[in-house]
Amino acid sequence: MATPPSALHEPWREPERQHDAMVFGLWVFLASEVLFFGGILLTYAVARHADPQGFAAGARASDLFFGTLNTAVLMTSSLTMAVGERALKEGLVRWARWALIATVLLGFAFLVFKGFEYRDDFEKHLVPGLDFRFTGRAEQLFWGFYWTATVIHAIHLSVGIGAVGRLLLLDWRGEMPSHWMGAEATALYWHLVDIIWILLYPLIYLTGRP
Amino acid sequence: MENAGVLRGAPDTGSYLSESSVKSWLTTTDHKRIAILYAFSITLFFFLGGVAATIIRLELFTPNGDIVSADGYNRLFTLHGIVMVWFFLVPSIPTTFGNFLLPLMIGARDVAFPKLNLLSWYLFVIAGLLTVATLLAGGVDTGWTFYTPFSSLYSNSNVLLAAAGVFVAGFSSIATGINFIATIHMLRARGMTWMRLPLFAWAMYATSLVMVLATPVLAMSLLLISVERIFGLPIFDPRAGGDPLLFQHLFWFYSHPAVYIMILPAMGVVSEIIACEARRRVFGYQFMVYAMVAIAVLGFLVWGHHMFVSGQSPYASMVFSFLSFVIAVPSAIKVFNWTGTLYRGQIRFSAPMLYALGFLGLFTIGGLTGLFLAAIPVDVHVTDTYFVVAHFHYIMVGASVSAFFGGLHFWWPKITGRLYSEKFATLAAITMFFGFNFTFFPQFIAGYLGMPRRYYHYAPEYQIWNVMSSSGAVILAAAYLAPLAYLGWSLVRGERASANPRGATGLEWSVPSPPPTENFDRPPVVTVGPYRYHPEHETHQAPDHPAHEPQRSA
Amino acid sequence: MTGVDKRRVLRTVLLEPLIVWVGLCAVLALTYAYANWPGLPLKLSMSLLFAAIKGALVVVFFMELGKASGIIRIAAAAGVLWASFLFLLTFADLLTR
Repeated sequence: MATPPSALHEPWREPERQHDAMVFGLWVFLASEVLFFGGILLTYAVARHADPQGFAAGARASDLFFGTLNTAVLMTSSLTMAVGERALKEGLVRWARWALIATVLLGFAFLVFKGFEYRDDFEKHLVPGLDFRFTGRAEQLFWGFYWTATVIHAIHLSVGIGAVGRLLLLDWRGEMPSHWMGAEATALYWHLVDIIWILLYPLIYLTGRP
Repeated sequence: MENAGVLRGAPDTGSYLSESSVKSWLTTTDHKRIAILYAFSITLFFFLGGVAATIIRLELFTPNGDIVSADGYNRLFTLHGIVMVWFFLVPSIPTTFGNFLLPLMIGARDVAFPKLNLLSWYLFVIAGLLTVATLLAGGVDTGWTFYTPFSSLYSNSNVLLAAAGVFVAGFSSIATGINFIATIHMLRARGMTWMRLPLFAWAMYATSLVMVLATPVLAMSLLLISVERIFGLPIFDPRAGGDPLLFQHLFWFYSHPAVYIMILPAMGVVSEIIACEARRRVFGYQFMVYAMVAIAVLGFLVWGHHMFVSGQSPYASMVFSFLSFVIAVPSAIKVFNWTGTLYRGQIRFSAPMLYALGFLGLFTIGGLTGLFLAAIPVDVHVTDTYFVVAHFHYIMVGASVSAFFGGLHFWWPKITGRLYSEKFATLAAITMFFGFNFTFFPQFIAGYLGMPRRYYHYAPEYQIWNVMSSSGAVILAAAYLAPLAYLGWSLVRGERASANPRGATGLEWSVPSPPPTENFDRPPVVTVGPYRYHPEHETHQAPDHPAHEPQRSA
Repeated sequence: MTGVDKRRVLRTVLLEPLIVWVGLCAVLALTYAYANWPGLPLKLSMSLLFAAIKGALVVVFFMELGKASGIIRIAAAAGVLWASFLFLLTFADLLTR
């Protein structure tokens, strides 16, 4: 294996140690993210527990097509992200470049589909407080959760797209090979954003199906 | 491998303070300079929160409202709480002494992620500016806890701005936590095993654990409140099916562990001071470590004791009550071990030691009254009275702030390279102890007699206790202001400090005062455990131990 | 690059992620089918189980937790463990209120 060159920062003396610290630090951050989403998932669990039937009635109005499509899109983006990061580590810059471009495009595709879905939700009066379609409390709670959780997720994804975009910018300047550690960190974050969506998918789109 | 010898020939870069341009400070990634940046910021906030406290105490001098309106009073105590909790106590010791000392104590060049460290300070400044903007825009009236529906349905004040400030401050705190955890895992010098870490480093580790795992839940609960307020989404509003107790669960999942964010660092500071100034090894070092980790973990399981009267299930209350008693055990172990460390010590009653001894007494009173409050029947009786106010001020002000001042004096020569006037410092330490008790002990009595908290207009029979408390606050304020004068003087005229003026152990004392930019000119190698203040075989238990030598001049 | 090396690179860079991705898609199809098939029991538990399987695939293979050192596993486990404290004690109240 060709040891990839790396940009060594203070206070590190050895690239291996810097790499371990970066990966560890990122995992600690991800643990923190788990608690962040834990808070909103608890909100979901409490609301659903209070009135399962009403909650399911609200959830049935969600758009299963877009939900499933976006799950597939995001899972595929995790594939391209993994390929890109591993290719960079092996020094295959061209592969890495194309895989990362695909990742950014899939990320954008997710956001575009989400935008279409939001437009439909507006048209179907699924925004609590804005001429809302349901009168029940549980339905309001479900859609309150839907909007909050998906928007927070979309913000996370946008940050991820920015991080992958930064790698591509570095590539444009010919500096990507020395940033393989940054690519690994970006990939870890990207996968977590994917996992959160994987968890949101059944909670939002598969609740209350026949 | 790294070869420190190469650097030897290079010109001496001098102390970390040698560069003085504003730009060099605002773009620094040196952990020591970032500590100084934080020190300036939190000092400002300490006095901002202090001004609010002063007005509150003035208002409570008489039973009637005379200085501020009812609404103004709500905004004052909210400001006091938000500023003191998130902009002074939570960041206080970790971001100043933690940033400055942690890399030095473990023999590192810097923290693991120096840029992230600087970013955390900028986030803190942004958060601070948002909070000051809240103040200028008229303040918030919800109380520092942002309880719903005070913060969602019934507040006309700037809840969103204040919540945004706390939200951003939370990210600053998470960044610091991640940095410290990675630093302690990855950057310990050769031979610095886990059981050779100074207790202050362990305290930083335990604190960081709480910061990283609790703060995100606070961020989410503030976000949910903002969403409820801006978009009218029903989350905590019971009229729309929401659960207001859910907010309290989310909030206290952070805010109870946050109490340990405030007290664990203080425990670390006090352990260092007591061992050095009593010239003894820390008694039961390993138990001190396990106790801190146990406090950090158990601290997450007791939050429900804030909700005994909220309508929470009585069974849940019993579980929380039991767990709250359990967490007193590691806290008690620590108090016993500090006392054990003093035993047969050659105690120097220096200013830092006086603060540390004050901590011991005040923490014990705060902790024991905490047990009163963990007992459901007593808690139901004194909920939302001044008893609770007195209890948590004993922990947060009596213990944490005393430890902060103790640490400030203890490491002042190391940080600034100057000695301060021991006479004035001793006087301030004693004044603070008496001023504190004078201020807060009467509140236990007023609370026990039934005076509710957060009222600006109170029944006249409580006036005597409030007059005592307000008079004590004057003494306390003097004790807080005094260091500004004599420590400020020491910066200008103070005698130069040697590398180790206290004869303390620990790697931070092995480098010059103030430390050079690169900390160590070659990576240190550690071969012994901490606190070697006397030979190993000299145990505490020996009953026929010969009388110790008279104290040598330190 | 020798032939052996080339094959190894191809395996780690391309083949392994692809296999994981196929697995993810298969479980997604299963999730979808189970949720929409009328009359099947334990819909919520099953859909969460499928989500957990997908999440585990991503964590273990894409995020390489399978190969990671002990402290990284501890960091990953800590997030989940602490979130379980939050759920456990909140529901201790909710279910007995």
